[in-house]
Amino acid sequence: MKMNTCLAALIALLPAAGFSDEIWVSNEKSDTISVIDVDTLEVIKEYEVGERPRGILFSSDYKYLYICASDSDSVQVLDVEAGKIIHELPSGEDPEQFALHPNGKLLYIANEDDAVTTVVDTETHHVIAQINVGVEPEGMAVSPDGKTTITTSETTNMAHWIDTETNSIYANSLVDARPRHAEFTADGSKLWVSSEIGGTVAVFNTADQSQIAKIAFEITGVHPDKVQPVGVELNADNSLAYVALGPSNHVAVVDTATYEVLDYVLVGRRVWHMAFSPDGTKLFTTNGVSGDVSVVDLATNKAIKSIKVGRFPWGAVARPTS
Amino acid sequence: MTNLLKSFVVMLVVGLLANISNAADNQRDINVLYLRIATPERPVLSNLDPIPEDLGLAGANLAVADNNTTGGFMGYQFVMETVDLAEGDLESARAALQGSDAPYVLLDMSAEEMISLVDGTEARLFFNIRSYDDSLRGENCRATLLHTLPSYAMRADALMQFVLKKRWDTMALVTGNAAEDAKFAQALHKASKKFGMSFATEEPWVLDGDLRRQAGAEVPLLTQKLGDYDVLFVADEHNDFARYLAYNTWLARPVLGGDGLRATGWDRVNEQWGAAQLQSRFHELSGRNMQDVDYAAWAALRAVDEAHLRTSFAPINDIRAFLLGGIELAGFKGRPLSFRNWNGQMRQPIGLTHASALVAMAPLEGFLHARNELDSLGADEPESQCIAFGE
Repeated sequence: MKMNTCLAALIALLPAAGFSDEIWVSNEKSDTISVIDVDTLEVIKEYEVGERPRGILFSSDYKYLYICASDSDSVQVLDVEAGKIIHELPSGEDPEQFALHPNGKLLYIANEDDAVTTVVDTETHHVIAQINVGVEPEGMAVSPDGKTTITTSETTNMAHWIDTETNSIYANSLVDARPRHAEFTADGSKLWVSSEIGGTVAVFNTADQSQIAKIAFEITGVHPDKVQPVGVELNADNSLAYVALGPSNHVAVVDTATYEVLDYVLVGRRVWHMAFSPDGTKLFTTNGVSGDVSVVDLATNKAIKSIKVGRFPWGAVARPTS
Repeated sequence: MTNLLKSFVVMLVVGLLANISNAADNQRDINVLYLRIATPERPVLSNLDPIPEDLGLAGANLAVADNNTTGGFMGYQFVMETVDLAEGDLESARAALQGSDAPYVLLDMSAEEMISLVDGTEARLFFNIRSYDDSLRGENCRATLLHTLPSYAMRADALMQFVLKKRWDTMALVTGNAAEDAKFAQALHKASKKFGMSFATEEPWVLDGDLRRQAGAEVPLLTQKLGDYDVLFVADEHNDFARYLAYNTWLARPVLGGDGLRATGWDRVNEQWGAAQLQSRFHELSGRNMQDVDYAAWAALRAVDEAHLRTSFAPINDIRAFLLGGIELAGFKGRPLSFRNWNGQMRQPIGLTHASALVAMAPLEGFLHARNELDSLGADEPESQCIAFGE
């Protein structure tokens, strides 16, 4: 009887937990997705997914999570409500990162082993096009107006500008060695591209693809070779950019008006990617080598907690629940 | 609507001007000569690991494919001619060089043959992809000969950093009787001094029976003579006998060098830092695993490509200056690769590996250097015997 009330109380609590915002993290080497409660900063769920999950993103209504299961050669679709994978999209070989068109329908996928970008219709599950790009495509972004898709290729060292009408490349911008990530500003006027081995982030003017700025990083006591920019995230009003600096174990805070680095935040080991809490007060970073997620308080730029997740956490994405 | 279309067209035109794209009309060729003189293959005890016929060449082929993907967007292509010659045929090699106008030449041959070919040729850049020889980076260096394969000294220093860090510093050494074994042993001695250590005990390899049958009987006797030590180094560059030492030693001690913990520029077990992609591209192209000579050939042509892109296809002297002055090449080893401007050696991490995993990537944490931690491996500027680069 007593146990029953306990159980009842527990059940009563469960939906309440569902109202907290969440951060979803892909764990590259344990083939799982961890879900972190933004309020309690605890892992509340873990899902088994395909092999080597890396890039993840939500559908615009947050009902579905798309997962690049790199070694399964597919993009999996996880139904958030049901908590299970409902189908797999054809993705081309070795999908690493992807971006969703603002129409919510088309996925642009970088196929790392194949030097192509694959365009998939998430409704019909058909491949619409494959576009030849440079060697080891990785970073993906779609402009907010939906007209341009960016693929960065790591060995070709370029950002390819793809016209989404014709699915053909209309410009190529050379960047520093090993570009990993591309991110448009909210108004679409600028594109940020990180270069891991070059150690820099380049900012381009979308209108004419000219380079506006190149940002370098310098952390006291850290050898420059270890400063390797990967993930780039812009805050809600786009006043600040956060750049994950890989094995330097720091995240740089950059003023987007002056391109000055304002601060370096110490996080876990080999920081890859990041996601903001939906209220914009915290930044969650995936730390590949230490196998955890650092929570950074953005008021003080200090890591306030590290949360153990699976092996080699890679991608991170927020899910607002209200 | 028409206005919108117009602005889109304008944007496209600006895009074409701002970026060299789809420039198929002004196609540019970058010519490369791959020059190979067969090296005498030494008979070894085991038949397990034959030397691939296309060692080196397969790496160059991959680099050409990688470069030409970029070239497809930028309007250029690498064109490689391969000349494959019999052992000792220096004369044909010289003729092939004279008959080719390729500015970039990969040399797959012995150190002596390289020097003989490089001398007296103008306006070319040569890459040593085959020889670890320290003298090529030292007193016998040449201003137009760069080295993408690491030197014996770099490999020896990587091993010494490892044992020093582990405090396994009482060391024994067994040296084979090939000329290359003596050179690597010499590098190990030099490296041990550099890090304030020395070999406590040393033996030449003298057994010549078939070790595939007798290793369990012979090796304990030989290694018993070495007394006590922390680690056993083996200088056996052809992996003739080293593979029979592990688990057959008198004392329970790890084996380094030879077939134990290996120090190489590249190994199939590298998978971090994006290496998995390079490995799978290579395997797809050649049907085998990538080795350090393959990697050296790949890195040489990737460096040439990178230099052309970053200098907007400058003349060869400026390409050389860029390689020696400013390149940051992504090489899947966790740090940017560059070239030492005092001897033309490519700076690179050295992997310490066993058969199925990477143990450590040198330079190890804590081995600092005023300029670049990678310069804690191999001949550093103050000690360099090379004077050809002092322009």
